Amino acid sequence: MENVSHLLSFITFIPLLGALILLFINRDCPETLRWVTLVVMLLDFCISLFVYFGFDPSVSSMQFVESYPWVKDWGISYKMGIDGISLLLVMLTTFLGPIVILACWKDITVRVKEFMICLLFLQVGMIGVFVSLDLFLFYVFWEIMLIPMYLLIGVWGNPARRLYAAIKFVLYTIVGSLLMLVAILVLYFTAGKSTGVYTFDLLKLYDFAVPIQVQFWLFLAFFLAFAIKVPMFPFHTWLPDAHTEAPTVGSVVLAAVLLKMGTYGFIRFAIPLFPNAAVDAAWWVALLAVIGIVYGAWVAMVQVDMKRLVAFSSVSHLGFVMLGMFALTTQGVEGSIIQMINHGLSTGALFLIVGMVYERRHTRLISEFGGLSKVMPLFAVFFMIFTLSSIGLPGLNGFVGEFLILLGSFGKFTWYTVFAASGVIFAAVYMLWMFQRVMFGEVTNPKNLVLKDMDSREIAVLVPLLIFVVWIGVYPNTFLRPMEPSVKNFLQHVEKKRASILAMEEARKLPAPNAEKISLVSSTAEIRVDKEN
Amino acid sequence: MIPVPEFSIGGVLPALILSVAGLLAMLLGLFVRKGAAAVGAVIGLVGVLIALMVNTPLRLMNMPSFNGMIALDSYTWFFNVLILVSVGLTILISMKYLVDQGLDLYEYFAILLFSAVGMMFMASGIHLLMIFVGLETLSIAVYVLTGILPKSPKSSEASLKYLLLGAFSSGLFLYGAALLYGSTGSLALAGLAKYFQSGSVSTMALVGMGLLLVGFSFKVAAVPFHMWTPDVYDGAPSPITGFMSVGVKAAAFAAFLRVFFECFGSAQVTWSQILWVLAVLTMILGNLAAIVQTNIKRMLAYSSIAHAGYILVGMVSGTPAGASGVLYYLLAYIFTNLGAFAVVTMVGRKGEANVYLDDYRGLGKAHPTLALAMSIFLFSLAGIPPTAGFIGKFTIFSAAISAGYIWLVIIGVLTSAASVFYYFRVIMKMYMEAPEVEPEELRFSPSMTFALSLTVLAVLYIGIFPTTYLNLATESVKTLF
Repeated sequence: MENVSHLLSFITFIPLLGALILLFINRDCPETLRWVTLVVMLLDFCISLFVYFGFDPSVSSMQFVESYPWVKDWGISYKMGIDGISLLLVMLTTFLGPIVILACWKDITVRVKEFMICLLFLQVGMIGVFVSLDLFLFYVFWEIMLIPMYLLIGVWGNPARRLYAAIKFVLYTIVGSLLMLVAILVLYFTAGKSTGVYTFDLLKLYDFAVPIQVQFWLFLAFFLAFAIKVPMFPFHTWLPDAHTEAPTVGSVVLAAVLLKMGTYGFIRFAIPLFPNAAVDAAWWVALLAVIGIVYGAWVAMVQVDMKRLVAFSSVSHLGFVMLGMFALTTQGVEGSIIQMINHGLSTGALFLIVGMVYERRHTRLISEFGGLSKVMPLFAVFFMIFTLSSIGLPGLNGFVGEFLILLGSFGKFTWYTVFAASGVIFAAVYMLWMFQRVMFGEVTNPKNLVLKDMDSREIAVLVPLLIFVVWIGVYPNTFLRPMEPSVKNFLQHVEKKRASILAMEEARKLPAPNAEKISLVSSTAEIRVDKEN
Repeated sequence: MIPVPEFSIGGVLPALILSVAGLLAMLLGLFVRKGAAAVGAVIGLVGVLIALMVNTPLRLMNMPSFNGMIALDSYTWFFNVLILVSVGLTILISMKYLVDQGLDLYEYFAILLFSAVGMMFMASGIHLLMIFVGLETLSIAVYVLTGILPKSPKSSEASLKYLLLGAFSSGLFLYGAALLYGSTGSLALAGLAKYFQSGSVSTMALVGMGLLLVGFSFKVAAVPFHMWTPDVYDGAPSPITGFMSVGVKAAAFAAFLRVFFECFGSAQVTWSQILWVLAVLTMILGNLAAIVQTNIKRMLAYSSIAHAGYILVGMVSGTPAGASGVLYYLLAYIFTNLGAFAVVTMVGRKGEANVYLDDYRGLGKAHPTLALAMSIFLFSLAGIPPTAGFIGKFTIFSAAISAGYIWLVIIGVLTSAASVFYYFRVIMKMYMEAPEVEPEELRFSPSMTFALSLTVLAVLYIGIFPTTYLNLATESVKTLF
């Protein structure tokens, strides 16, 4: 740690710098605005590559740590760092940055300047959440990204219901996160009062054993905040609305990165901070996850709108992520992390594809289409591959994640896993059925006859995603290897801390019988005295 | 020989300078035919700047002065700064407003300065009579300012309403003071503190304390003593509404805090329970009632009621952290709310014709910078980082949690989640809806632009780098404990 690197700060704040530059560019030349944003995002991605290649995969602790006091008296610090768990999520975020800009090149024509600024701000918030190691800093980033997402949905969304969807998104999220803020404060004071060190530093709080009684409530508050974000059944109702009304790239970012903030929150904060409560609740969380998997799949099946269908498939896929994580086995957690990335790639790509169709026809109703594969053969190929990836076809990424998750959770939740596996089958049904209705058969609607196939920009958007979809599917080790030490460390920490807290509770209870005896003795003595009187 | 009480002119110099500036504005105003308001404003601004300068030494003082009537300490210093800043910003906001309304009144600024003098004495008073005199000076000045729009019946109505209810609350305050005097034989805070520490507290004294609490609750607009607020805030000229919501509130809280922490500290269990209930009612009613408003001034009036509730949470916690949280919160709130009212003043245009939420439609397109500024103020009011309002809520809530009031904080955060709904609705109107008819052109004036940029920068700066200000607040409340 002799030479402190500021790479993480750079990655986090370069988009902010980009946003400031955009402020000074004339709004009448949207081309310039787009190019500048693209360059900023690419630059951000390139710098994040330095992090990726500088990352030592054999180390389980935090790397690239930077720490400065922020509000010293309160123990608030500006502390950032990544380990194998957050590395891939940060990479996913920076990787999607330029893709998203390319994807909205023609889609967004009004208020381009504000749109780009919103996207850049969103990027700051998302990367910040993944790299911050201070609860206060984390909370700040967590809240910051609400605003740009609200604007993305509300300003550039579908005119019909965008206002409703936008405010619903904000209210849902903010209720959860404010309760989490209360929990953060309670944790801060509980830890401070018993250790004498008041700090928001996550790594220091990791070592603090929260009493079991308190753990339950704190976990509940964190759970609510993250479960809303994931979203888990029954907190998912904001998601279909937000997705359906958001502009294409809004949906992409929402699905690919924003939802991961919830799952990441569990693995980084809720579980390691409150291991006893987390393990005790695992059964319930897994139940909700399985309900989410099956319910999401069933509801997806009956959707008439392609985008809404993909949105509900997200509920189902994220159920898998939660199931694997709460199995708390190496395979389960690794699968869950890989599945976060997979979902980001394939669902992101599917939203892009739906967006491309929408751009051409201005409708997303499945019934409006049919036989598109004849008109747009290239498009059909891409669509097919991402559909299969989402279903979990062996050889593509989805399979690796789902397989690891099912493998990891089978030992712990046998019956849950059986039901969850049925979700894979339902996924094949709703995705392939949708694909069939949209792409195969005769061209029934004459409007579809004149559709243009994908242009080079659209290919450039999807090819990078395609490469990783295949890569993860064929050789997942590239991605599993750097996270392995961190995942092992995470599981060890959870187990060790849980055991030590249990031991502590036992130790606290042990003298209790003695104390009771003493009080018994004294009370009998009192009674005797009373009798004598 | 009559003994001359020790006094320190230096300590009250800020108030003296403001008084002189007010008198000067009145004198000079007589001789200027056109642009009298501008003269008054300039004199006022100069007075505020000089007062800010001579206020500095107070920070290092800690002594009573004028025979135990006022305290010269860092607490007084802090509130003097708050009051001066809010007066300065109000003057900047008002300059263009008066011209637009066709009012060339130098009296406006003179009265504004006099009300600030009252506020300063209220904040520094350590004798109930001194506090009362400060309270009345400030109130009478504000009654006049509320009704200063000659052609607006709403303004006159508001003024009358405020006068009647304000007189009533002053009466209650004075009655409380009388009861306290009857049972303790003293009106000085030190004497009261001694009596309350002695242990045997008579019912009469407790009733007196309760009446003081009611009197202060009127001034800070806590539920159920808030009835006057929406009507008065709605009817008063927009800059004055802004001034009332921050300046009057800050001064009232200054005295509220000082009286209750310094002399009723030992009876804290009693009053903190009452305040607990008041805080909960205030937060819930303020936020819920704000949701249904269609007039932005009324909405901000209810929002200011809600904010009084949050500040009360800090008082309930009763710790130094809670008190310093209140101070920081007021600092954040002054910049935020005055900024918001500056925008309301601008968008209101001539005759305050555009004070409905619908008048904000399309502002994001027509005036992106103004809309951005308003958004930042609204985010700060809603308590979203990285703004000053977030740190304010954070300090208050953390103090309350540290003192064990977890349910109070949970109610607080849930109501503040509800508040997001109505604050974001303004943003929604600005960015996501289009106006039906093209509104009149907005005209920026240099003073307004300056006030807006100052408030925006302050809201962001003290939100991102709060350390200095938190430390100042912590130091300033030391004398209370």
